[in-house]
Amino acid sequence: MAVTALSAAESKRLSPRLRKLEDERWLAMALLAPTAILLGLFIAYPFFEGVLLSLSSTRVGQPGEFVGLKNFHKIWDDSIFRTTVWNTFWYTGVTTVFKLALGLWLAILLNRHFRGKAIIRAFILLPFIIPTVLSTFAWKWMFDPTFSVINWTLFQLGLITTRINWLGDPDLAMTSIIVINIWRGVPFFAITLLAGLQTISPELHEAAAIDGARPWARFWHVTWPLLMPVTLVVVLFSVIQTFADFQLVYVMTGGGPANATHLFATYAYQLGIGTGLLSEGAAISLAMFPFLFVIVVVQLLYIRRVETR
Amino acid sequence: MAEVSLHKLNKKFDTTHVVKDVDLKIRDKEFMVFVGPSGCGKTTTLRMIAGLEAITTGEIRIDDRVVNEVPPMDRDIAMVFQNYALYPHMSVASNLAFGLKMRKFEKAEIEKRINNAASILGIESLLQRKPRQLSGGQRQRVALGRAIVRDPKVFLFDEPLSNLDAKLRVQMRVELKKLHERLAVTSVYVTHDQVEAMTLGDRVVVMKDGVVQQVGEPLELYNTPANRFVAGFIGSPAMNFADVTLVENGGKPVAEAPGLRIGLPGELATRARAKTGRKATLGIRPEDIHIATAADAPEYCFDAAVEVVEQLGSEILLDMRAGAALMVASVEPTLRVRAHDNLKLALKPERLHLFDAETEAAI
Ligand SMILES: Nc1ncnc2c1ncn2[C@@H]1O[C@H](COP(=O)(O)OP(=O)(O)OP(=O)(O)O)[C@@H](O)[C@H]1O
Ligand SMILES: [Mg+2]
Repeated sequence: MAVTALSAAESKRLSPRLRKLEDERWLAMALLAPTAILLGLFIAYPFFEGVLLSLSSTRVGQPGEFVGLKNFHKIWDDSIFRTTVWNTFWYTGVTTVFKLALGLWLAILLNRHFRGKAIIRAFILLPFIIPTVLSTFAWKWMFDPTFSVINWTLFQLGLITTRINWLGDPDLAMTSIIVINIWRGVPFFAITLLAGLQTISPELHEAAAIDGARPWARFWHVTWPLLMPVTLVVVLFSVIQTFADFQLVYVMTGGGPANATHLFATYAYQLGIGTGLLSEGAAISLAMFPFLFVIVVVQLLYIRRVETR
Repeated sequence: MAEVSLHKLNKKFDTTHVVKDVDLKIRDKEFMVFVGPSGCGKTTTLRMIAGLEAITTGEIRIDDRVVNEVPPMDRDIAMVFQNYALYPHMSVASNLAFGLKMRKFEKAEIEKRINNAASILGIESLLQRKPRQLSGGQRQRVALGRAIVRDPKVFLFDEPLSNLDAKLRVQMRVELKKLHERLAVTSVYVTHDQVEAMTLGDRVVVMKDGVVQQVGEPLELYNTPANRFVAGFIGSPAMNFADVTLVENGGKPVAEAPGLRIGLPGELATRARAKTGRKATLGIRPEDIHIATAADAPEYCFDAAVEVVEQLGSEILLDMRAGAALMVASVEPTLRVRAHDNLKLALKPERLHLFDAETEAAI
């Protein structure tokens, strides 16, 4: 009572403009405005500019004109672009499978009780916390043909006799960046899935154990289905990020050797900024959009189905 | 046919000793209830029987097989958890079927058992639902069903009714009792509710701080509690206690406290005589106190001042002061009493209890 009386007295003293905020519609608009403006300024506007750019013949220092879908035709016939598409799917697919498998495994290990649990959990996050560019440079040294610690180890173990040129061979280079991406992404999977595991009541496992389910059956029939909603969200996030990855490839190989490891982002950058073909770069960036859109829609539909199950 | 025996059972979590030297034989088809205050180790004991908790020292046998190292699934037990622990992503039917599927039962047999359990519990219409679409009572039934379909040697229950509202709890209690009569499976039931213990148990184990205080049939616990704790825990409203000194009065032993002198009858007198001069606790249940009449011997009567009158309809509870002691009496609902009345009350001498002041054991 005292509180309402007070606020009523207070609102009398408020200016008419502030009193409008008492109305929920105005309040909602006022609260949403900053986000809407930021989103418009930094997402919607660049997106539409990008679309316009991709439909023009703009180059660096040359305004250009409207050319329709010409840029898209051009990249369609570009063999590097095709490699890029294939690379991106391969890169995203392989890394996601490994990140999920390893992350889940780690999460299950970390979900047990053991001494120093908190510290280990914190350490697990390290690859995720270190800025990608920094850690990727460290990896670059490890994969360097001359200084490679990996080569040195393999050599000392007697497994190889000549140096392996990790980043000089197209397949090895791709494998290398896949390994680094997995290393970097596993912590995110592990920690998120661990959080998911912790929401599953231990009683369910006990009930299943009494019901006669052995550890593997308990995982399959209890843990996995209950973890599914979390798993799908993590996979969705990871797929989006990996699909549009840039830093890792840019630092490691710059898309090489011979344009063999380009992803959408790095190729768009190389063409748009590196070569100055802004409009073609924009077209490549935009080409990512329909793919991502389909992936996201399919996953969101699936998540909704799992959640209402 | 299944007996469960616990032999010198102990459980320690790191340094805390939560179950101490429990010795117990649960007979075939018996409904055994563990009761005691929160944290006394009931659940821990049950979980050791289930195999969900490692045994620190001692032995558990189911029939004649030592099961200390046997995993839960191979003990042929079924457990009903306090929070039901239904698999949230499975339908009721799949919840019931899970244990059978894991044990590789044939489809037809699974179906038969599910339908049988469902009809016993009246949940036929719920089989296709998910647990979250059920009420608390319905979930409870499904949890029971999951135990029933397995047709195990032993049922274990951990406070299965504690999440239900009072009315449903009473109803489910009756159903559990019927169910046990029908299935006749050895059952171990944990609760902290003494009414549940008294109504459900063939025998009851009263525990406190990890130690078994008494094992016996409900009425045995009620009539001849082994110590002050059991006396106070069993029965509602709780037994009255008064600190007294045992003295001789005119050659007869009596219990004396400031403003209160109660004679001790027959057997009790003999046992009390050995402790003359010692301190003791006198116990009498509220229902064993009544308004004194001419028929009551004066040594079992006392004066009391009524402080509060609690009208319950079927009885009246009088909160009274008798000398230094506070007492509750349950009297006829027709009686006209008001607060601050002074009454002369009598107690049933054969219902008197005496407990040693130090050991708290019954004298
Ligand atoms: N995992 C554990 N680690 C350490 N101590 C535990 C653990 N589980 C139980 N305890 C302790 O053991 C004692 C007995 O616990 P238990 O769960 O058996 O009590 P309870 O009789 O079932 O009580 P309630 O009626 O509250 O369920 C408690 O003091 C509890 O704190
Ligand atoms: Mg308990």
